[in-house]
Amino acid sequence: MDDKQLLADYRRMLLIRRFEEKLDSLFTSGVIKGTSHLYAGQEAVAVGVCAALRSNDFMTSTHRGHGHLLAKGADPKRVMAELFGKSTGYSKGRGGSQHTACAAVGFLGSNGITGGGIPIATGAALAVQMTASAPLTKDGHAGRNRAHPDAVVVCFFGEGGASIGMFHESLNMAGIWKLPIIYVCENNLYAMSVPLHEESAVQDIAHRAESYGMPGVIVDGCDYFAVARAVAEAAARARAGEGPSLLEAKTYRYYGHSKSDKREYRTREEEASWKNRDPILLLGTKLLETDVLTKDAQLQALHEVDAEVEAAVEFADNSPEPDPAAVLDEVFA
Amino acid sequence: MREMFYSHAIREAIAEEMERDPNVFLLGEDVAEYGGAFKVTQGLVGQFGKGRIRNTPICENSFVGVAVGAAMLGMRPVVDIMFQDFITLAMDQIVNHASKIHYMYGGQLSVPIVIRTPAGGGRCYGPTHSQSLEAWFMHVPGLKVAAPATAHDAKGMLKAAIRDNNPVVFVESKLLYGQKGLVPEEDYVVPLGQARVVREGEHLTLIAYSRMVGEAERAATALDREGISCEVIDLRTLAPLDLQSIADSVVKTGRAVVVEEGCLTGGVGAEVSAQIVENCFDYLNAPVQRVAALDVAVPCADALERAALPDAGKVMATVRQLMQKYG
Repeated sequence: MDDKQLLADYRRMLLIRRFEEKLDSLFTSGVIKGTSHLYAGQEAVAVGVCAALRSNDFMTSTHRGHGHLLAKGADPKRVMAELFGKSTGYSKGRGGSQHTACAAVGFLGSNGITGGGIPIATGAALAVQMTASAPLTKDGHAGRNRAHPDAVVVCFFGEGGASIGMFHESLNMAGIWKLPIIYVCENNLYAMSVPLHEESAVQDIAHRAESYGMPGVIVDGCDYFAVARAVAEAAARARAGEGPSLLEAKTYRYYGHSKSDKREYRTREEEASWKNRDPILLLGTKLLETDVLTKDAQLQALHEVDAEVEAAVEFADNSPEPDPAAVLDEVFA
Repeated sequence: MREMFYSHAIREAIAEEMERDPNVFLLGEDVAEYGGAFKVTQGLVGQFGKGRIRNTPICENSFVGVAVGAAMLGMRPVVDIMFQDFITLAMDQIVNHASKIHYMYGGQLSVPIVIRTPAGGGRCYGPTHSQSLEAWFMHVPGLKVAAPATAHDAKGMLKAAIRDNNPVVFVESKLLYGQKGLVPEEDYVVPLGQARVVREGEHLTLIAYSRMVGEAERAATALDREGISCEVIDLRTLAPLDLQSIADSVVKTGRAVVVEEGCLTGGVGAEVSAQIVENCFDYLNAPVQRVAALDVAVPCADALERAALPDAGKVMATVRQLMQKYG
C-alpha cells in the first residue's frame, strides 16, 4: 500500500467515525426519525476490506451499513440525505438507514433482515462466475449485465447473522460452486444484547468454514493492516478461481445495537478496554511512527472530515422532501 | 399449431428463452439429470449443460436469494421450487427482498426472476405437497403472479415472465402437466395482466384460473343443458389483476362466482369479490359467491381430498343455488 492510499484510508476511517457521531446527535435531538445502527468502532474492518478491493468489485451489507457504504465510495451527502428521508438520498427516501444501495460503486444494499444479504451476495458471485464463462449475445454483449468477469463479491454480516440458516445454506453453495466471494463476519460479540457464548456453540465463527470447504481466517478487526492483508489473500484466491473464503474480524461496536439500546448487557470496563485499541488510534499511531502522517496533517484531516460531514448535513437538510404523489413510483421495474 | 403437453410447453419456453438470452438460467433441486420432480426440465441439461441447468442443495430460501443476487447483476434466473408448499421456506427472500429491492433502493436495481411452483392437489400427496398458496403473493406489492390454465398460455406466459424485469411467481398445476393443448409453432408471448374469455354466456360469470378453469368449463357445459348460460373468464394473471375484463363480464351477466383451488378464507376469491362489489355494485343481481377449498389442510385419502377441494360439481351446485334464489 502506498502512502497516498494509507492517508486516504485513515481519512476515510475518520470520516466514518465522525459521520456516525454526528448521526448519534441528530437522532438524539430528533432531527432524524426512525432508527439507526451505528458503525463506530468497526471502521478498520470496512476500510481495511475496501483497501484490498477494486472499484468494480461488489459488496452486500447489513443493518449496520453506513460504514460499509462510505468505505466503498458512496457520497456522504447522499447517504445523509437518505437518513434524512430526502428525495436526493440514494434510495429516494424509501429505504432509510437499513435499505440503501449505491449501484454505481457496486454496493448492492444494506439490509434490514439479519443475514438477508448473504444469499444475495452469493448470487452476485454466481453472476460474476457465469459472466466469466458465458457466451455473449449475437450482438456481442451480455445484455444488461453489470458484472465484470474478474470481480469478487464481499458479503458483510455479523456473528448474529451467522446463526441464520441462510448463512449455512449460502456458504455451502459457494463452497460447492467455488464462487468468487469473501464472507466477512464482523464479530462484535453481541447479537443485539445476546452475548457470543449464548448465540454460538463455537467461539470462533471462522471455524465453521471447514464445513463448507473454504478457508476460515480470524483477523484483528481493530487492525486495518491485518484486515487488508487477509482480504487481499482471499480476493486473490477468488480471482484465481479457487473459490470463497470466510474471514472473521474480531471487533466491537461503541454504541448500542440501535438508538434505544442502553448497553446494560455489557460493562463500561469492557467498553474502555476495546477503546484502548481504537482502530483509528492504532492506524494513526502507526502512520505517525512511520512518518506517513504528521501531527499537522492529522489535524487537517480531522478538520476536512468534519467539514465534509457538515456539508452532508447541510445538503440533506436543504434537499426537498419526497413528493407524496410519487409514493407509488417504481413499485415495478 | 401442434398439440403439446402443458409440461412440454413449459420446457419449450425455458429452452427457447435460454437460447435467446445467455443471461437466462435455471436453478433448483433435481432440475438437471433428473429433470425436475415432474420431469418438466428433462433433457435441458443435455442442451445447456450443468452451469445453466443448475442443481442446488435443499435450501429454498437461499437458492431463491442466490437468484435475487444474480438478477441484480443482470442475470435472468428461473427458479424451480419443487412443490409450491416449499415456497414457504423462501418467504424471506421473496417477500422481504425480491419484491422490494427495486422500490426500496430507489430504482437502482431490479430483480428479474421467475419462481416456478407446481401447485395444487388431486394426487393424494397430502397436506404438505398439495397446497395452493398463490393468494399470499397477491398481497405483496412488487410481485407478479401468473397461473396459466392451458399449454398455450403456459408457454406464452412463461416467456413473458422470463422477459419481465420484475419477480414473477409462476403457478403451475401438477394435474395440468399431463393435459394437452394447441401451441403455435412460432415465437409468441402472452402478456401478463390480461384475462381471457374462455366462453361467452349471459346469466352468470364464472371466474377461475389455473386448473379450476377446466372445472368451470365443465360446469358451464353441464349448466348450459339446464338453461343456465355461464360466461367463463380465465384470470391467467392474479397480480396484476385484469379488473377491466372482470368488470366487462360482470356488467353483462350481473352475477359472478369465483372459483379457486386455494382455501376460501383470505383467498383469491376474496379479493376478486371485493373488487367486483366495489366496482360493479350497481350491475349486480346477486351476491358474489366463492367456490374454493375448505379451510383445512389438504388430506391424503382420496375421499377426503375430494371433499376438501373444489370441482365442477361444487361449482354447479353453487350456481344452481344462486340462480334459484336470484335468477
